[in-house]
Amino acid sequence: MKKITVLLTSVVLSFGLATAGFAADTIKLGVAGPHSGDLAPYGIPAMRAAQLVVKKINAAGGVLGKQVELLIQDDQCKPEMATNAATKLVTDGADVVLGHICSGATKAALGIYKDAKIPVMSPSATNPPLTQSGDYPNFFRTIASDDMQARLAINFTINDLGKKKIAVLHDKGDYGKGFAEFAKQFIEDSGKAEVVLFEGVTPGAMDYSSIIQKVRRENADALIWGGYHPEASKIVSQMKRKRMKAVFVSDDGVKDDSFLKVAGEAAEGAYMTGPRDLSKNELNKAAYEEFKAEYGTDPGAFYQEGYSAALALLNAIEQAGGTDYDKVVEALHTKYVETPVGDIKFDSKGDAEGVGFSVYVVENGAFKELK
Amino acid sequence: MMKDFKQSILVSIWFVFLTFPLMAVRVNTTEQVVEWRWMSMVWVAIATFSLSYAWRYLLARKQAKKNEEDISHGKLQLLMEDMGFRYKAMGLLLLLALIFPLVFDTYQNTIMISALIYVVLGLGLNISVGLAGLLDLGYVAFFAVGAYSYALLNHHFGIGFWSILPVGGIFGCLFGVILGFPILRLRGDYLAIVTLGFGMIIKVVLENWSDFTFGPSGIANIDKPGLFGMDMNIDSSTTYIYYIMIALVVFTILITNRLKNSRIGRAWIALREDEIACVAMGIDMARTKLSAYALGAFWAGMVGVLFAAKTTFINPASFTFMESAIILSIVVLGGMGSILGVILGAFILILLPEYLRAFSEYRMLAFGAAMVLMMIFRPQGIISNIRTKYEYKKLTEETEHG
Amino acid sequence: MDYFLELFLGGLTRGSIYALIALGYTMVYGIIQLINFAHGEIYMIGAFVGLIVAGICTIYGFSGISVLILAAIAAIIWASAYGYTLEKIAYRPLRGAPRLSPLISAIGMSIFLQNYVLLAQTSDFLPFPNLIPDFEFMEPVAYFIGSPELVILVTTFVTMILLTLLIKKTKVGKAMRATQQDMSMARLVGINVDRIISLTFVIGSALAAIGGVLVASYIGQVNFYIGFLAGVKAFTAAVLGGIGSIPGAVLGGLVLGWTESFAAGYVSSDYEDVFAFGLLVLILILRPAGILGKARKQKV
Repeated sequence: MKKITVLLTSVVLSFGLATAGFAADTIKLGVAGPHSGDLAPYGIPAMRAAQLVVKKINAAGGVLGKQVELLIQDDQCKPEMATNAATKLVTDGADVVLGHICSGATKAALGIYKDAKIPVMSPSATNPPLTQSGDYPNFFRTIASDDMQARLAINFTINDLGKKKIAVLHDKGDYGKGFAEFAKQFIEDSGKAEVVLFEGVTPGAMDYSSIIQKVRRENADALIWGGYHPEASKIVSQMKRKRMKAVFVSDDGVKDDSFLKVAGEAAEGAYMTGPRDLSKNELNKAAYEEFKAEYGTDPGAFYQEGYSAALALLNAIEQAGGTDYDKVVEALHTKYVETPVGDIKFDSKGDAEGVGFSVYVVENGAFKELK
Repeated sequence: MMKDFKQSILVSIWFVFLTFPLMAVRVNTTEQVVEWRWMSMVWVAIATFSLSYAWRYLLARKQAKKNEEDISHGKLQLLMEDMGFRYKAMGLLLLLALIFPLVFDTYQNTIMISALIYVVLGLGLNISVGLAGLLDLGYVAFFAVGAYSYALLNHHFGIGFWSILPVGGIFGCLFGVILGFPILRLRGDYLAIVTLGFGMIIKVVLENWSDFTFGPSGIANIDKPGLFGMDMNIDSSTTYIYYIMIALVVFTILITNRLKNSRIGRAWIALREDEIACVAMGIDMARTKLSAYALGAFWAGMVGVLFAAKTTFINPASFTFMESAIILSIVVLGGMGSILGVILGAFILILLPEYLRAFSEYRMLAFGAAMVLMMIFRPQGIISNIRTKYEYKKLTEETEHG
Repeated sequence: MDYFLELFLGGLTRGSIYALIALGYTMVYGIIQLINFAHGEIYMIGAFVGLIVAGICTIYGFSGISVLILAAIAAIIWASAYGYTLEKIAYRPLRGAPRLSPLISAIGMSIFLQNYVLLAQTSDFLPFPNLIPDFEFMEPVAYFIGSPELVILVTTFVTMILLTLLIKKTKVGKAMRATQQDMSMARLVGINVDRIISLTFVIGSALAAIGGVLVASYIGQVNFYIGFLAGVKAFTAAVLGGIGSIPGAVLGGLVLGWTESFAAGYVSSDYEDVFAFGLLVLILILRPAGILGKARKQKV
């Protein structure tokens, strides 16, 4: 039995090697994320960012004189499909990978890349353990992690707004509940305020009136929401309808133009955290214009992070003088690179230094950066 | 002829009216624009006109067939009934399956493993839906039970894949019994909604009971199946899982095939055909129904263990109603009750979208339409169930040979 | 006590919407013993059509409750048309087939319609214009019952009275009751059974459309997926009350609405759905025919 397995392994391996040897004259940038299905709006902008970056770099002569080739894989944000996509990228000989988009899918796929020694950079997976656990030395990201967001949101609610009784609600999802749990922990640690309610609601339920009544009964003066904008819109609308005074503080998942559209007037005065406003950054402006020229619309979620990740990965290969895993990782950790999200390099765990979050408030139907 | 033409024109006008608001108009209230898409109306008109013709033709054919009293014995069907051919075909398939990983790369293997997982799920669901006629809309719950039992036992106690594989199946079974008890008295339609509810309850519990299930963030770093403590890289471990999966599928086929022709299998079929007559014949309804549930759930639990080992990461998001619906469509499209049909159904429904990524948006649309069309035009599925025939050979023939 | 009253009213609002949708399930089931799984999708299509009409109106500068009525009328027309077509395509050819066939066809239709709207419109949440004005006289009690809730309650109440009158007092209603009791007997006495079945689908769809528009204007957003959960809950309500019974559907809807509301209010909204389905299983164990359902003895 053992012999057979070894034999099989060697056959499979020789296939793998054959493809790798054949493709050595291009640099292969894998891109994985949801490109179809209901979460596609979160994955397509990053994919297009990679396409634009590669187009630009190839026109300028490529990286180390080699052209960059894109390998694009759809994972629909599902863990099982993400492992399929990752295996496909590994077999196709990807040198570095931009992705995945959802934290769950990233978690599922990372082990495969780690075994194959491929550096991975996500523009959007914000789940803290991905970097903080230290399990994945090959993982990097160009977005700040959830606990950073939660810390910022709580500091703002407690110190700047001076709220004392806080209700924390979430959507039971990976992202929302993660944020809510960090928020709860930071509130308790601060000692200046108390968590009066911590509960999950069912996304897509008809209305949230009972839970809103409950928030009111607890006399909460602030409501922290961990989750996305559709439920957030319902919650702020019902708070307004019930004439509630509690402030609404939430996360990056709510800082979306759809929230402004759907919640309308009820959104006024809501606070949320989100990546720092980079509209003054020259590179960011250029990236935005490129997208607008190519597709005629606004880029959408995680476009600038995706653009930055593509730049950072290709820059690291350039700096390392090749696609050798150790050298590329080394370059990512040490060399600064100018990107649309700022001048960044990566700390020992893989989080980007120089990427930050700000608090926004909705004012006259638009997001306004506070600090 | 003229009548058909007129009818089709009417149908096409009706559909233009029907689809008008959703297909032709799109409003954007924030930017204050109404987008009119008149071209799509033309497409709808043309498409429904031709579809109406096809529909009429097919319905007429179905009617004609009914009159001829011919229960669709296609060529394939006849071939399938030829035992000698069946064994040869099966041998060939098995051989193909065994050399598959040697020819194709790891990606193809991974895809094939997913398809095989659905084959086992389909065969398991086939026991309750296809054989016993108990519609289960929450089948994915048992799959989740299996996956979580491996993930949790592995995470907390480091127990290996091989010891959990049967345990996962048994847990699935237990849940089948627990679910089965309250609904024994219910008729088909009520059953559908209770199982649907059960599927949703399991997901809610997985999401909320964070201390036990790690909530929505899921469980990562689940061990892959081990082989005498060998350290395997991604390629060889995928190949290894592939072979485990093949073995599991063969095992499932053997067992379900035996079950189908066993005493209890015939009791299930009898129960499906006529509950009252069946009970009158002295079959214990409660026990028969329960066993169908439990045995169906057993496979889902077992393959759930493998699923967790394959992806090495699971979270509640993998166990939605949509998965149950896909497994159900595999059984329905393949042919309820037919083992070969279910296998074919799984391959078509899982592999086709995987290779036709460009059309993935239309995948669910096509699933839905296919379920409806299949029920109307070919309710027995791609390959209909073959009823075992017991022939009485004359005694004289026997003696001649003997 | 205030808190109890608030939860009671919240549950009543939610429950009356469930009841509106559940009526469609129960009427169809009563006549052809089919769970019309695509009914939730009809509700969603109603909400979408309402959104499109209301959207066009607001863009051209109209607003207020008259636009809402117009949107509701359009939603009723199209949702009924969809219901009618649905029955013709997916269920009529299957009359007389084994019971599992139309049920699977219905599930297929539900998946189909969901994705049809997703592709024809969008996967995003769309804002539904705020058309229900804040009534002045409601201001003192606004903190626990708002104008939209009042509109929902009044509309459902009126609709249900009209439906009861239709079924109890008109000739059509009599024909419907006759068909429900015995289809072949109804045919013998000269009732066009096919027409009655179509009519049942049309009425059920119209009720769902009213529910759809009300909910959309209440929560202010519409999405292709809203039909699934609403459909499942409404069906649960129908079974809870005793499927096939019209007062049962109303009672089931309200009981379910209250269960969810009180469970979320006094226990935890984490397990809202568990309570809803747990109640269903409990009722079915104790009374397999539902609260008001009549246990039908099967005769051979």
